Amino acid sequence: MEIRTAFHKKLREIQDDVLAMGSMVEKAISHSIEALKKRDLDMAHQIIADDLEINKKRFDIEEKCIQLIATQQPMASDLRIIICVLNMISELERIGDYAEGTAKVVVIIGDEPPLKPLIDLPRMAEKTVDMLQRSLDAFLNRDAEAARQIAGEDDEVDNLYDQVFRELLTFMAEDPRTITRATRLIWIAHNLERSADRVTNICERVVFVVTGKMEEIGASKY
Amino acid sequence: MSVNVLSNNKTTHLNKVKLKTERVNLYYGTFQALRNITLDIPEHAITAVIGPSGCGKSSFLRLFNRMNDLITGAKVGGHVKIDGISIYENNIDVVELRKRVGMVFQKPNPFPMSVFENVAFGPRRHGRNNRSELEDIVERSLRQAALWDEVEDKLEQSALALSGGQQQRLCIARVLAVEPEVILMDEPCSALDPVATLKIEDLMRSLAEDYTIVIVTHNMQQAARVSDMTAFLMMEEDRAGVLAEYGPTSELFTNPKDKRTEDYITGRFG
Repeated sequence: MEIRTAFHKKLREIQDDVLAMGSMVEKAISHSIEALKKRDLDMAHQIIADDLEINKKRFDIEEKCIQLIATQQPMASDLRIIICVLNMISELERIGDYAEGTAKVVVIIGDEPPLKPLIDLPRMAEKTVDMLQRSLDAFLNRDAEAARQIAGEDDEVDNLYDQVFRELLTFMAEDPRTITRATRLIWIAHNLERSADRVTNICERVVFVVTGKMEEIGASKY
Repeated sequence: MSVNVLSNNKTTHLNKVKLKTERVNLYYGTFQALRNITLDIPEHAITAVIGPSGCGKSSFLRLFNRMNDLITGAKVGGHVKIDGISIYENNIDVVELRKRVGMVFQKPNPFPMSVFENVAFGPRRHGRNNRSELEDIVERSLRQAALWDEVEDKLEQSALALSGGQQQRLCIARVLAVEPEVILMDEPCSALDPVATLKIEDLMRSLAEDYTIVIVTHNMQQAARVSDMTAFLMMEEDRAGVLAEYGPTSELFTNPKDKRTEDYITGRFG
């Protein structure tokens, strides 16, 4: 016979809320790059507006966590889950902000001609979204090994950032008229690189939930 | 062997060992109440004993002052030691033992006498009869029990007129009056309101600097709030109590090593 059913139900709801917030953020990242590729200003404005929803979701989840701590005195793994959630939603909210930042750059770029075909930036975005999705799965499945593995893949994003940076530097060096456009693209690459770093933090928290120990998983190059 | 205790008592498990059980088995007649309990209780710290009803927590506590001797058919196997000396040998003076190891019970049990006489009772029995000496002892004990300010002008009044929380602190003063080394507490707050409970918990923390305290409690939050070390006892299928896990409280309640502990403290089984 299960006891504390009300508590467990609330705990499951909180975890479902985190997954929902994760989906909102994944969509924001994907759409921000799509808006860049297609010069879709409507899509960019939508991402900026939707970021308010992401922020609200974060505060809703935080409120639920605080109430659960106050009323149910969670212990051991239940406590670690709630603490993990509090940290994760903070990371997700920041990733959402990065996507919003990218969308704002898209608005600024407007209908300027593209500097070059976009290859590496979409790759960075895909990889980051993939890592984020899988890190939330790892949280759901309490899979510390998967979390460590995903955190290690941050190197791929860092390497792509390196590539983008060097390529744009070359553009700027060869033709100063490209500096403004190149700088904006570097900024977007930076947003994606920081997003992947935040996913690494999420992975560290998943390991904490499973093992009860805070492990730093490989410092980022940047 | 002993280490300075940090203010948040994280290293109390490194203190000198005050109480020790070695493979202790306790029987009431043919019924085995405790099986193979081995643990070291550190000095100048609070150790909590938690576990489901009937698992043997109170029986375990009573090992240290041999109160189980008063139960017909009770038999103890293995060793129970205080400062390295086994207390179940034939040459042990049980009266002297119960002076060194005091006990506070769930329901406050003041004697039907004045506040003063309650506290003076023990020292009198142990030969202190000088009035002025007794007055000093009573004041010291009531101050240590954080009760003096509330009763200093009521010492001749009946102890039964005190509130529940005050009566329990009086019982603690009674224990302190005979200068024990160990204080055993069997669910000392379960009959008290929340404010009285927190006052007793504060008192326990201050007493832990000078005494060794072992508390049985079915209130896990209290064990988490107040203790340095926690022992989790549970019942096996034959209803014998075993030690499932023992460790620093902060670790046991955030990252228990045994699944049975995890299930119990998260309420997944009772």
